[in-house]
Amino acid sequence: MSLDLGVIWRNLDFLLVQGFLGFGAFVGGTLRLAIPSIVLGFLLGIVIGLARLSPRAWIRIPATIYVEFFRGVPLVMVIFWIWFILPILLRTKIPEFGVALTAFVIFEAAYLGEIVRAGIQSVARGQVEAATALGLRSGGTMRFVVLPQALKNMIPSLVTQFIVLFKDTSLASIIGFMDLTKAAQVVNNREIRPFELYLFIAVVYWVCTYSMSRYARSLEKRLGPA
Amino acid sequence: MNYRFEWSVLWTGQSGQWLLSGLITTLELSLCAWLLALALGIASGAMRTVPYRALRAAATFYVEFFRNVPLLVWMFFWYFAAPPLLPEVVREWLFGHGLEFWAAVCALGVYSGARFSEVLRSGIQSIPRTQLEASVASGLTVVQAYRYVILPIALRLIIPPGTNESLNLLKNSSVALTISVAELTFQTRQIETYTAKAIEALTAGTVIYLVLCLSLSAFMGWVERRTAIPGLIAGGRRRRA
Repeated sequence: MSLDLGVIWRNLDFLLVQGFLGFGAFVGGTLRLAIPSIVLGFLLGIVIGLARLSPRAWIRIPATIYVEFFRGVPLVMVIFWIWFILPILLRTKIPEFGVALTAFVIFEAAYLGEIVRAGIQSVARGQVEAATALGLRSGGTMRFVVLPQALKNMIPSLVTQFIVLFKDTSLASIIGFMDLTKAAQVVNNREIRPFELYLFIAVVYWVCTYSMSRYARSLEKRLGPA
Repeated sequence: MNYRFEWSVLWTGQSGQWLLSGLITTLELSLCAWLLALALGIASGAMRTVPYRALRAAATFYVEFFRNVPLLVWMFFWYFAAPPLLPEVVREWLFGHGLEFWAAVCALGVYSGARFSEVLRSGIQSIPRTQLEASVASGLTVVQAYRYVILPIALRLIIPPGTNESLNLLKNSSVALTISVAELTFQTRQIETYTAKAIEALTAGTVIYLVLCLSLSAFMGWVERRTAIPGLIAGGRRRRA
């Protein structure tokens, strides 16, 4: 077997611009799915993380069930659920991007919720007591005192979770979303060069995730326990 | 919502049989991959802490490269790209004995091994360095020190994070459906294809995964209590309670 790196060069534009970034004839793109997923997932994660810490059982228990449920089910299963159930609920056809985005936001929110909860719990108890003593209500304490400090503590875990999400977006190719993995599959169907193509996208994924994990590590050192 | 539920599709026809065979394949795949991951994880996790630079570098490369690339890409790699590199005899045997299953075992095992490795390394690093020094001072070689002193402690310390990773492995085995291994998610899709009853089929698959994960983590909680090291915070408290 001989290596033919030309296959990468000939299809570089399709693989990177269409598959990785998401510009071109198809709706797709690893980054175009990963970035909105983490932003929306984090917003839902804050709600879930706060709900998990609520003193009211009717808020806390559903949030706990939500987290335990999604952490006990494979992501592939969640993608299929959304794929089948969303069109039934909304009575209309949903494009792959919508399905994938919904699935990732719902699934990642369970994990991000745990990060938010841990971040809030890492804020020293005295901070809450001091805020209360200064006359802040519980909402104000959360917004002006606890959350800003908690967010700082969460940043390294958030970057790590983004790496996980970034890798997981490859699963959107199962339902036909044109991400980097799907783009490599499409090119491979025409060129039959699996070794070069799959190794190439492995390296592309690796460059992104590894640099992010280095960044997370340096953040951890810089922000580390003061 | 204009969907008509028909739960009977789950116990009429071949559905039950499919779910059962899917469950068995999922368990077989996970177990084989788990053993491979454990072997690779222990070897490379220990190698990352030894005082020999070349061994550390090799193990670091393995962990950082395999852990940071999506499992799906590894599935395609081991299924489509790796077989042509193998000798003729091995390839013939694989084509006759379920290539997709063994490709999935390799993909899942090698990927999870890199993740296990990190868990083991942090376990070993949480053991005071003096343990190794004391073992070497009392006449053990480095290999013996790892075999008789460091690893037995580390393996007990990492049961909780190790359980977490093992459950991830079990859930990740569902990615094998992309290379048409007939595991649980694959069979769930098959029921959906034959009966057009998506919600019922997905519910059955989801419930099986949940039961598997919850019972495994309950079992590992029991193992953790049984093997807890007396005197450490978690171990001592649970014993007395």
